[in-house]
Amino acid sequence: MDLLRFITAGSVDDGKSTLIGRLLYDSKNILIDQLEALEKSTKNRDDGSVDLALLTDGLRAEREQGITIDVAYRYFTTPKRKFIIADAPGHVQYTRNMITGASNASLIIILIDARLGVVEQTRRHSIIASLLKIPHIVVAVNKMDLVNYSQDVYNNILIEYSKVAKQLGLKEVTYFPISALNGDNIVDRSTQFNWYDGKPLLEYLEEVQLDNDVNLTESRFQVQLVIRPQTEELHDYRGYAGKVISGVYKKGDKVTVLPQQIETTISKLETGGKEVKEIFAPQPAVIHLAEDIDISRGDSIVRTDNLPQVKNEVEVLLCWMDEKPLQTGNKYLLQHNSRLVKAIVKNVAYKLDVNSLQQQPVEGGVKLNEVVKATIKTASPLVYDSFEKLHVNGSAILIDETSNSTVAAVMIQ
Amino acid sequence: MNEYSLNYLEQLEAESIHIFREVAAQFERPALLFSGGKDSITMVHLAKKAFAPGKIPFPLVHIDTGHNFPEALDFRDWLVKEVGALLTVRKVEDTIRERNLTEPKGKFPSRNWLQTYTLLDTIEEFKFDCCIGGARRDEEKARAKERIFSVRDEFGQWDPKLQRPELWNIFNGRIHKGENVRVFPISNWTELDIWNYIRRENIDLPSIYFAHDREVIAHEGQLVAMSDYVQPSVDDTILTKKVRYRTVGDMTCTAAVESTASTLDEVINEIISTRISERGETRIDDKVTEAAMEDRKKNGYF
Repeated sequence: MDLLRFITAGSVDDGKSTLIGRLLYDSKNILIDQLEALEKSTKNRDDGSVDLALLTDGLRAEREQGITIDVAYRYFTTPKRKFIIADAPGHVQYTRNMITGASNASLIIILIDARLGVVEQTRRHSIIASLLKIPHIVVAVNKMDLVNYSQDVYNNILIEYSKVAKQLGLKEVTYFPISALNGDNIVDRSTQFNWYDGKPLLEYLEEVQLDNDVNLTESRFQVQLVIRPQTEELHDYRGYAGKVISGVYKKGDKVTVLPQQIETTISKLETGGKEVKEIFAPQPAVIHLAEDIDISRGDSIVRTDNLPQVKNEVEVLLCWMDEKPLQTGNKYLLQHNSRLVKAIVKNVAYKLDVNSLQQQPVEGGVKLNEVVKATIKTASPLVYDSFEKLHVNGSAILIDETSNSTVAAVMIQ
Repeated sequence: MNEYSLNYLEQLEAESIHIFREVAAQFERPALLFSGGKDSITMVHLAKKAFAPGKIPFPLVHIDTGHNFPEALDFRDWLVKEVGALLTVRKVEDTIRERNLTEPKGKFPSRNWLQTYTLLDTIEEFKFDCCIGGARRDEEKARAKERIFSVRDEFGQWDPKLQRPELWNIFNGRIHKGENVRVFPISNWTELDIWNYIRRENIDLPSIYFAHDREVIAHEGQLVAMSDYVQPSVDDTILTKKVRYRTVGDMTCTAAVESTASTLDEVINEIISTRISERGETRIDDKVTEAAMEDRKKNGYF
C-alpha cells in the first residue's frame, strides 16, 4: 500500500470542508464518538442535519467564525491507499498557510462552485499549484445539486478552466462533477449524472499513478549529520547520515562531494542500521566514503556522472510570507534542505500578479503573500537543481535572523 | 510499482528519521519526552535507527505523575537499559510539594494537567531547547493543526495563529534564548500505522497492551482500573474483566477496553474493526470541553 498526500483548495463557502468530511464519512473513516461530538455541536442548526464541515475545523476561532485559518492534516485509509489531506484555508489572507500545505502535496483538489464557475480564487490556487509544481491537478465542480446536475454548466466550466490550465502550463488536469453535500460522485457513482461516465473522485484518488513523482535519475544526497560513535568497537566509524533527496546510490559509485569538488567512491551504504547494496529516494541512509574528506552538515554527495549546479548567485521566485515587507539589500539566512547560509536579496525584478500572472513593477517593499522574481547572493555556494527540474533540490526558505521567522518560500530557477 | 518504491510505512519511517536527525543537528540540548506508551516506544525505536550504530544522542525524559501503571515503569527501565539511553525522571509529586500546588480531587484525581508545571520546570532545569513529543495529528482536532516543529514561548505556550510556515521538508528550529521547540516526529502517523509498524519491526511493548485480567470499575461506560489512586464510591462495583489498554497514560485517566486479543495480530484486527476513536474510548480527560486540548496546548502542554 502506498501513500498519497493531497491538498484541498477552495474559496470560502465552496464546500471544501464538506468535501473532506464526506470523503472521511463515506469511506467510513469517521468514528462513532467523533460523529457524536459533531451532532452535539450541530444540534442548534435549523434543519437538524449534520454539518460535515465541523469535522475539520479544529481551532475555537475557526468554529466560531466558520472559516479555516490554518492547515489541518487529516488521515484516511482505503484498502488501496493511505491518504494524508492538507486541509488548507482558501482566503487570500492565508495564502502562506496554503503554501505550507501545498509544498508537500503531490495532488491538489481545486474546488469550483458550479454556480459561480472560475473565480479569482480559483486562478490564485491554480497559480500556486503551478508555482509549486504539484504534479496532479483535480478540478472538482461542486454544488452540482444547485444547478440541477446540468451538463451544460459543467461543460462550460471545463472550457473556462482549461484556458487557465493552458495559460499556466498545468499538464495533468482531471475533472469531476460532484455534490459534496449530497455525496454525489465522491465515493460512489451518482445516479444524478446520467451524462457522466467517468470514475467517482475517490476511485481516481486511489488509482492515480504516483511512481513517477519520485525522481530516480538525478542522485542527490545532503549530509544532515556525521555519525561518529567513538566507542572502542566503533573507533574508526565515520558515516554521513542524511536522506536520499533523489535518485539511487550503489556501493562503488563514483561520487563528488560538493561544494568542495572532491571526487571519491562510496565504500559502504547503510539504512536503518543495516548494510545494504543500494539506497534510493526518499530513504534515510548513512554513506561511507573511500577517502577521509572534511565533510559537514549541509554538504552534498552526488554521483559524478550527473552533477547539480554549484553557484552563489541564483535567480529565484520568492513567495513572501512575513508581515514585515521584504527589503532589497537585507540579509537573511537561506536554508536549502539542511544547508544554512547567509544570503542577501540583491535585486527584485518584478512582482507576479497572482490573479493574472502578469509581471508588474515592485513599488516599495514586497508584501505578505506576494510572489516576486529576485536575485539572491549567498555567502557560500548552493548545490542545487532548478525547482522546475527537481523541486526537492531546488526549494529553500529564507529566515529572518532577528525574529527567527520563516519569511519566504524560495524556488530556485 | 517499480523496485525503488517505499510503502506507506517506509515513507512515514523515512520522514520521522529525517526529523530526528534534524533535531540532533539543529539543537544543543534536545530531549525526548518519554511517557511509556506505544507512541514514545515507537519513537525510541525510530531514534535508534536514525543514529545507528551510534547511541541516541539525547536523554529520555519522563515526567512522572506518580499514577503510572507499574508494568509501564518496569518496561521503561528495561527499554532504557536495552538501548543504552540516558533516562531523566522528574516527579509531578515533587512539583506539587515545592510549588504548593493543589492536588486534584474527585473519584479519578488526574494529575494530567499538572504535568505541564513539572515539564516547564524540567525544561528550565536542564535548559532543554527542544522537546521531542509523540503527539500524532490524527489524535485530536487541535493537534491536527500543529506544525512538526512547533515553537513555544518562554511560558511554553503555543500560539495557533502565529505558527511558522513549514515548507517542503525544511525545518526551521531557530529560536531565541528562553524559547523552546516541541518537535513531533510522528505527526503524520495514525494509530493503526503505529500498530502496523510495531508488528513489522517486532517492537516490544508493555504487557498491558494485551488482554489480561484486571479489577476495574465501570464509570460512564468506561472501565477504569482499580488502583491506590482512584477513590471508588460506595455504590461502585469492582469487577474482574479481561481487558487491554489502547493507550497508556495515567491509571486515573486511561480507560481499558474489554478484549481477548493477546497477540499483535489480534490487537490490530480489533483496532481495524472498532468504530470508536482512540482518545474517545480511552481518555477520561479529553471530553470536558470541545476545546480541551487546544486550551492545554496554549498553556504549555505537549
